[in-house]
This record gives sequence, structure tokens and C-alpha cells, in this order.
Amino acid sequence: MKILTGNDLKTGAVTWWNGHDWSLHVEDAVDVGDRADEIARREEAARRVNACYAIDATRDDRGVRPAHIKDRVRALGPTVRPDLTLKPAEPDIGNWVI
Amino acid sequence: MYRYDHYDQAMVDARVAEFRDQTRRRLEGKLTEDQFKPLRLMNGLYLQLHAYMLRVAVPYGTLSSAQMHALADIADKYDRGYGHFTTRQNIQYNWIKLEDAPDILADLAAVEMHAIQTSGNCIRNISSDHFAGAAADELVDPRPYAELLRQWSSFHPEFSFLPRKFKIAVIASKTDRAAMKLHDIGIEIVQNEAGELGAAFYVGGGMGRTPMVAPCIRAFVPLDQLITYSEACLRVYNRYGRRDNKYKARIKILVHELGAQEYARQVEEEFAHLLSQGIEPPTAELERIKPYFADPAFQDASGDRLDRSDPDFALWVDRNTHPHKVPGYVSAVISLKPVGGIPGDATARQMHVMAELAKSYSFDECRVMHTQNIVLPHVRKAQLYTLWQTLEAEGLGSPNLDTIEDIIACPGLDYCSLANARSIPVAQKISARFAETGKTAALGELKLKISGCINACGHHHAGHIGILGVDKKGVENYQLLLGGSEAADTSLGKITGPGFDEDGVVGAVETVTDVYLRERTDGERFLDTYRRIGMEPFKEALYG
Repeated sequence: MKILTGNDLKTGAVTWWNGHDWSLHVEDAVDVGDRADEIARREEAARRVNACYAIDATRDDRGVRPAHIKDRVRALGPTVRPDLTLKPAEPDIGNWVI
Repeated sequence: MYRYDHYDQAMVDARVAEFRDQTRRRLEGKLTEDQFKPLRLMNGLYLQLHAYMLRVAVPYGTLSSAQMHALADIADKYDRGYGHFTTRQNIQYNWIKLEDAPDILADLAAVEMHAIQTSGNCIRNISSDHFAGAAADELVDPRPYAELLRQWSSFHPEFSFLPRKFKIAVIASKTDRAAMKLHDIGIEIVQNEAGELGAAFYVGGGMGRTPMVAPCIRAFVPLDQLITYSEACLRVYNRYGRRDNKYKARIKILVHELGAQEYARQVEEEFAHLLSQGIEPPTAELERIKPYFADPAFQDASGDRLDRSDPDFALWVDRNTHPHKVPGYVSAVISLKPVGGIPGDATARQMHVMAELAKSYSFDECRVMHTQNIVLPHVRKAQLYTLWQTLEAEGLGSPNLDTIEDIIACPGLDYCSLANARSIPVAQKISARFAETGKTAALGELKLKISGCINACGHHHAGHIGILGVDKKGVENYQLLLGGSEAADTSLGKITGPGFDEDGVVGAVETVTDVYLRERTDGERFLDTYRRIGMEPFKEALYG
């Protein structure tokens, strides 16, 4: 699947397109098919997001997993600071990245 | 310590107001990202993996306690409670909100700091010897010259859009503690046979994808022509640097392709022309700057004696203090490399503690080291034990300067959008492994440096042992290099062979150190042994 990501314009937070809005959680990302450019242009013009790009990902029963490690790090937060990730209560969550 | 005059302060304040307006216009949609991006980068504001990152300039690494307190306050108020000290003697914040950035710049301006020219194709933060003004082996304090260069380069209209970023380091000691020959321009203050001070210019060094050691293009430039000669070096580069190819745009490529001799000839030609133009700042300006770097009021501490009865303290003294030019004083290094920690990171609390220690024990001054540690440059021996006890209590007392645990590591793929692999976990695992096995002490001086991409922010080319993270078909892979040095004996490391995975590279480092322990002769550092026996024994042990 193709999913769309970017950074929130005001805060810089990593965001994922969920079909109608931007979510902080990669699990909410939806397949944008071939509409990535169109959505990115519209959302950037509306100043909701910055630096959009589409990536490959897979979805299974554990959720959405970006294909490349860089985007898995973006989705989670730094692997070396579990306290700063989106799942600070799960210290082993860094293993999801690798 | 240099204090802004009203021109400095007015410029920085004006820039804050300008950026506040630019940010407002961006948020209101009056500027597109394409229009805004170069403006934010001119103020050190990047967009990284997780958020905006702000890089703050620390000229020649020198900070007052008030400035360090302010950096801590910014970490607390606008970031997530910490900052990251870098190999350019700067500090970076990783979790900045765009809407807060103007307020942060205003807070910085209030303590005579800014983020101007910490990004972009311009002359970046001028770096220097972190023991400047304190070291027993220096000719003069290089910082007044670094400050003069800072003033010359800040907002220089001709050099605001160079072919690529440009880095200058200034030292005044034969012992290079600033990786001087790995800069675009490395300046060493020297003395000629007549006893006059001058500057030796090393031009065209750098790391990155094409590492080069800078050749000396002129052994002696009179100090009252320092800026003019620098201007000549930059002018030739600005004229001929490869703007058509960013990978070949650094001055090292120009110097290499022209040849150092031809580059120097053209610089001399330009220099002669510039001398006729009278662009050198008046000597009075340097004389105005110098008193800001005058010695603090050292006391007669020649009678101070260290009580070394506490073995942990004695070890820290042996490893983390450096001889001072004044009897009874030392420079004390605060390690930001706890075992298993993130090299260069300090919490807001730790920054406040370091600021207070600077105020109490080091004449209100501390320094950022390019090795991602902090120095208190002037500490009385009699006060070292109390200082150390506070550092220990705050997790800042690691006795590991210049050991294998004192690792330089760039932020890598955990934070940086350019990186291909993570650097920090590798650093953490290596420091933990060597602390656990107890081999650190036996290895002695061993400088290990890790970069998460070819840009070499972690100085891997200059590590006695270097590690370069690469992307191998979507998987992190780590190349091992041996034999680099950033000291006066500057050399570039060579790749051992095929790379390793994350755990494999930790084991590979241990294998390499075992070869050293087996092969070394008395008094040999790792680097000396490598240079004597060459790569083969290490390759044999690594790959069979």
C-alpha cells in the first residue's frame, strides 16, 4: 500500500493521512493509491502539513508498517529514547523499527 | 569573554524581529514553504525526522554561565528537556515548534546568542581549541582572532551564498584540539624566527564523501592581514567553486583539482589586489576585542595539592583534567558520555548544574568541545574534589576522556533526515560493552567516531577507529575504518573491508582492539600500533 506522510506545519510533528485528516499515529494511515500528489498539493496549500511524501507500507494484524526503516523511526520516535516515542510505556517498542 | 557591543546586539535583535515577521507570514500563508525554507535555514531552523531542529551557534564554543542557563531554559520551555552538543561546538534542539522559534531566538538574543549562519552555504560557526586561554602549550589565546573572523564573516554580503557551507577553525598550539586540518580553512597562529605572530593557512580540508587533509598554502600571514588573506581564500573559492554539482562544491575539491600550488597562486594574486583596497579591520578593533579574553583573576594556587586518596576521583583527575598555564589550576572536562548514554546529550537540569559549576569554579565560563563534552577551563586544584562530587551526583562524572567510551556520534537515523543508519545505538552498545568487559583502561587513548551517513558529522574518517553507517538494501550496515586522526598528526581512516550489522560491528570493534592489545609495544597507542603494523593483521582477525 501507499501511504502519505508529512510534518505538521506549526509543530513539525510527524503526521499520516488518514483519509480525511492528519493523524499522529501511523496505524491510522490509509492507502492513498495514486492520489498522493493530489492530496499533498491540496494539504500543503492549506498549510496543514509540510514536506509531504508518499511511501510504501504494509498492513497486517499489528497495524501499518512503513517499508523503510527511516519512516518507521519517524512513525515511532527515536529508538534510543523510548520516553520520547509515541509509546513511552512500551520500552521494547524500539524493536518494531528494526 | 566577548560581550556584544551595540552593533552586535542591534543586528541580532533586528534579525529576531525579521524572522518573527517571516514566520507570521508563513503561518498566515503569505509565504510558501519554498519561499520560507531558505529564510528559516538562515536562522538555523531545519525540518528533521520528528520535528523542527534548531541549531544554535556557540562561537568558538565559549559560554558564560548565564548563557548555559539560558540554553537549559530553552530546553525546558520549548523542547523536551534536553539539548544536544555537536561536533561544531554548537547546540541543537530536536523538538522545536515553528510557532515558538521566534520566541526562542528572542530568548537567545537576550543572552547575546543567535542561530544565524548555523545553516546554509555561508561561513558557519568559527570553532577553536576548547582549552584556548587556559592551555599550557599555546602561543596565545586564539579566540580574539576567532572573534575577529566571526565579526568579519557574520552577514558578509559576498559570502552569504557560497557554493557550499564553509567551516573555519583557529588554533594557537602545536597540539591540534580542533581538527584544524579537516576544515575548509584551518588557521594556526604561529611565531616566525623574528618572534612575530602570524597565521599559517591550511585550506581545503574536510570530511564528508570526499575526505581530504588540508595542505598548508601559506606558512605565515602577518596577523594584521589575517582578514584580508581569508577574504582572498574565499574570493577564489567563490569564483571557481563548483556550483553546478553540490557533491563537488566544497573548497577541498577546488584545491584538489586546481592543485594546492595553483590555488595558492591565485589566492596570492587576489591577496595582493585586496591589500591595495584596505579591507583589513583597523588594528584598534582587534585591540578592542582582546581584553574580553583577558585572563580572569587567577589566585596564587601554586600551593594547592590534590588529595588522591579516593581512587574514583583520582581516575577522573587522570583522565578528565588537562594541564593549565597557571600553577594550581587545571581545565576540567565534563563528560557527556555516560556508559550507554547518548553522546553530547545533556538534560536541562545538567545544563543548569554545569552553568552553576562554571560560575562557582571556573570564573563564570565553560566551553563546548568538538568532541561533544563540556570544559570548565579554569578550576583550582583545591576545588576539584568538590566539583567532581557534584558531577558524580548529576551523572556527569564519567572518567572517560579520550578513551573508547568517549565516542563521538552524530544524531544518525534516530533524528537526522539525511542519515542512512543509526549511530547512537552503536555508540551505546560499544561503550556498554567496553565498560562491562573492563578493557577501557587497558586500551588507553583510543578515539572512536561514528557517523550515520557519508556526510561525516560524526567525524568517522578521523577516528582511530571509525564507523560509517550505510543503507544496504534497506538494512543498516556499518563499515569499519582504522587509522584516522584529527590531531596534529591528521590522517584519514581506511575501510577494513565488508561492513557489519549493528551487533556485528560492536564485536568487530572488540576484535580490532584485541589485535591491538596483542600487538602493541610499550607506550604505543592504538593509532601508533596500527601505523606500525598496518591493516593486514586487523583484516585477518576480522575476516579470516
